[in-house]
Amino acid sequence: MANTQKEVDALLGLAEDVLGRLVKGGASEAKVVARSGQDLSVRVRLGEVELVEEAGTRSLSVRAAKGKRIATASTSDLTRDGIARVVSDALELCDLAQEDPFSGLPDSAELAKSWGDLDLFDPACDAVRAGEAVERSLRAEKAARAYDTRITNSEGAGFGRASGAFALVTSGGFRGGYTGSYASLSVSPVADDEGGKKRTSGYWTAHRHLAKLEGEELVGREAARRTLRMLGAKKVATGSYPVVFERDVARSLLGHFAGCVVGDSIYRRSSYLIDRIGSDVASPLITIVDDPLIAGGPGSRPFDGDGLPSRRNVIVSDGKLEMYLLDTYGARKLGSKSTGSAAGMTGTGAGTSNFVLQAGKTPAADIVKQTKRGLYVTQMMGFGFNAVTGDFSRGASGYWIEDGELAFPVSEVTISLNFDKLLKSIDMLGDDLDLKSSIASPTFRVAEMTVAGT
Amino acid sequence: MTSTVSLKAPFAPGGAFELDRERCRKLLEVALRKGGDAADVYAEFAVGGSMVLEEGIVKSASRGVSVGVGVRVRKGEAAGYAYTEDLAWESLVRAAETAAQIAQGGDVAPQDVAEKHIPSRYPVTTPSLLVSGLDKRELLLRADRAARAEDPKITRVEASVAESYREVVIATSAGVYARDVQPMLRFGVRVIAERDGKRQAGSSGGGGRVGMEYFSRPGKSPEEHAKEAVRSALAMLDAREAPAGEMEVVLAPGDSGVLLHEAVGHGLEADFNRKGVSNYSGRVGKPVASELCTVVDDADVAFGRGAVNVDDEGNIPNKSVLIENGVLLGYMHDAHSAKHFGVAPTGNGRRESFRSVPMPRMTNTLLLAGSSDPEEIVRSVEKGIFARRFGGGQVDIASGDFVFSIAEAYLIENGKITAPLKDVNLIGNGPEALSKVTMLGNDMQISDGIWTCGKDGQSVPVGVGCPTIKISGMTVGGTDVAKR
Repeated sequence: MANTQKEVDALLGLAEDVLGRLVKGGASEAKVVARSGQDLSVRVRLGEVELVEEAGTRSLSVRAAKGKRIATASTSDLTRDGIARVVSDALELCDLAQEDPFSGLPDSAELAKSWGDLDLFDPACDAVRAGEAVERSLRAEKAARAYDTRITNSEGAGFGRASGAFALVTSGGFRGGYTGSYASLSVSPVADDEGGKKRTSGYWTAHRHLAKLEGEELVGREAARRTLRMLGAKKVATGSYPVVFERDVARSLLGHFAGCVVGDSIYRRSSYLIDRIGSDVASPLITIVDDPLIAGGPGSRPFDGDGLPSRRNVIVSDGKLEMYLLDTYGARKLGSKSTGSAAGMTGTGAGTSNFVLQAGKTPAADIVKQTKRGLYVTQMMGFGFNAVTGDFSRGASGYWIEDGELAFPVSEVTISLNFDKLLKSIDMLGDDLDLKSSIASPTFRVAEMTVAGT
Repeated sequence: MTSTVSLKAPFAPGGAFELDRERCRKLLEVALRKGGDAADVYAEFAVGGSMVLEEGIVKSASRGVSVGVGVRVRKGEAAGYAYTEDLAWESLVRAAETAAQIAQGGDVAPQDVAEKHIPSRYPVTTPSLLVSGLDKRELLLRADRAARAEDPKITRVEASVAESYREVVIATSAGVYARDVQPMLRFGVRVIAERDGKRQAGSSGGGGRVGMEYFSRPGKSPEEHAKEAVRSALAMLDAREAPAGEMEVVLAPGDSGVLLHEAVGHGLEADFNRKGVSNYSGRVGKPVASELCTVVDDADVAFGRGAVNVDDEGNIPNKSVLIENGVLLGYMHDAHSAKHFGVAPTGNGRRESFRSVPMPRMTNTLLLAGSSDPEEIVRSVEKGIFARRFGGGQVDIASGDFVFSIAEAYLIENGKITAPLKDVNLIGNGPEALSKVTMLGNDMQISDGIWTCGKDGQSVPVGVGCPTIKISGMTVGGTDVAKR
């Protein structure tokens, strides 16, 4: 994307053309999203190139209404016939939907009219050619394999970059677009363990700005370190113990919570946090903010999917639930106001932007040091979270903590506790927040959970 | 209302961008110009539709079209891949040239491509997309009425129908030219039951490579799916804390095949073994499960969600016996791994879409029936868990550790199924768990079509199946430590 403004303008032009056709064809309201992107990904393994993949894409999605009847359609076929088809599909399907009194675009007076530059696009990402991507991957894998002779194999290393442009127009008068970029590097070394088992772990770095990726050698070495530390992992006896979540798994827990504070899950009665605004849902250490306006943030966006201005929302303040994340539709359903959190570009539904559990003051290493006996979780597996009840049970691996030290690696255990209790029993919060993904958390400790092993 | 959906692929005969054998051969020639060992072309046209009901109304209907062509060039262990959504000849040539960058030197010409005859495992006469939208809307409304009529504790009903129609053309430099049409239908009902401040969800769904006749099968009407969802939600309202620790586990037939998929299936996908990163690597000919266990991957399940006529590399998958009486016989291959191991491809090279490269994937993974009476299996357990409905699972290929979550579990006490239990995960290690299979039922079932498998960011529909299974010891991830 050599000229980002030109690309956004082209997409805005396409989207406006389609919007015009929808309105002319009988839509009382319409919304059109046009996107384009350029991707490169490479994978190397054991010092050799395994895959080089390159493509450019464009797509259109539309939402149309005839009165209160709503339909959506999308296509990757941007020929004249393809565009005609997406328009006629949407108009035809409106007749199939039933009247939804809560549907409709937001009040035009509230639309975003101008926005600042959130530093979402780095031309350097796009400039990476396949050869350089291969070089970076090879360096990272080499560093992992050179780290220790016990690294005997590799699932490989990969570098990817993506850039995209996006335009949104609505019949309510919104018109906007922006571009973004993203680059990532990952390594997965393998080590042989006892009994024919192998151990693999990995490490990755990602950023919108190429220069802000962690170095290849660092990524490779950290991946090797994380793999080696799992050698000799064993189960532990079933019991109740303190559990420390390393920030990458703490983030996964925060993801479960995010799914329970979006308005859709509330009006669908599919969240354990229904009717809980104003009450304590977490320990007083916990403050969670959804902020789409962080410069260069992985989840940042200047406006939401309804065309409303982006804004910073404090979801949990010192343990108390302050609000749900709402789009226009969800707000109407719950008799409230949008929080500028529309995720779905043509569907409905709220979503997170940069959803961040704010850092605490305790150095992460001190959390382990101050734990007499317990589990330090570095990886989780499976899907064991029931949003309706908050029941949580997932597979876990990591380390056993004995007298404040990491004593031996642990695998093949499960950790369980209802989520409401889990968040309320967080008794230590780390200072090691890192914004490499759009849902982010520092390390924290839960005072007591059930660990099931032997 | 009549439907106006056109299901004609632009690359089909007579289409605006027809990709006949000759054009494919020319494209493969461009792809191999820089000297790759092999090349393939994959053209895909997919139309998807969906309708969602909630709060008694169909709130929105949607449709999507996706069309494109991917070109892959292979050179040794490496592959170059590029795709385009623009089917103009110049764009196809550009994609072929981009993919060809991986190769340097050599001189290989593609063979003339010949039409490949493929089986017909899902001969759907009328794709559901061509059926009137009103008929499909009525299915959702029927499910809604049935669920609400079933019990006043049902406070919410959601029902959905999702359908797709996919036409593909696969051409390879080895001379294959294959064409397939792949329909897919999925129906689901989810309900919320509430009583005394307690709330639980229940769901039921199914489908496959089927048309509307699916709903006339025994037990598959919208009403029957609705009743099953209600039954499950109501049962779980009384759920209590599940026990924690190692104990005997009995798995209901059908969907428990998810356990096989995780514990065995992924570890036997040959890409992991080609790389030597699976805990099953180098174990062909050795015991990896109890003698009771015979596991197959069978693409030939008529109208099944995992059924495949021709894989996405032009090979025809049949029944592959992976484990026979506990002994590992072989892996599931794509073209790349088959060449590496010097065996015939098993037809397991699948991809999510033209935007992705193929890799070894499962089709329908089945654990064959044993001889035990299912009731006798439950009676044999003094204290344990009975797993009836399942969430998803995940496996760590390297160590073989896997988890899968149970959405509807019960306690077994003195040979009887008793109290319902809150959501719980089971965790185990593939070969260890399968060596503890001590009883297998005579009640083999193939799951109704609901499962989707994710690997390296690509999702493909799969089937699973198994009889009632008893595992003599697995770690149950409940919260109740005292109840052991």
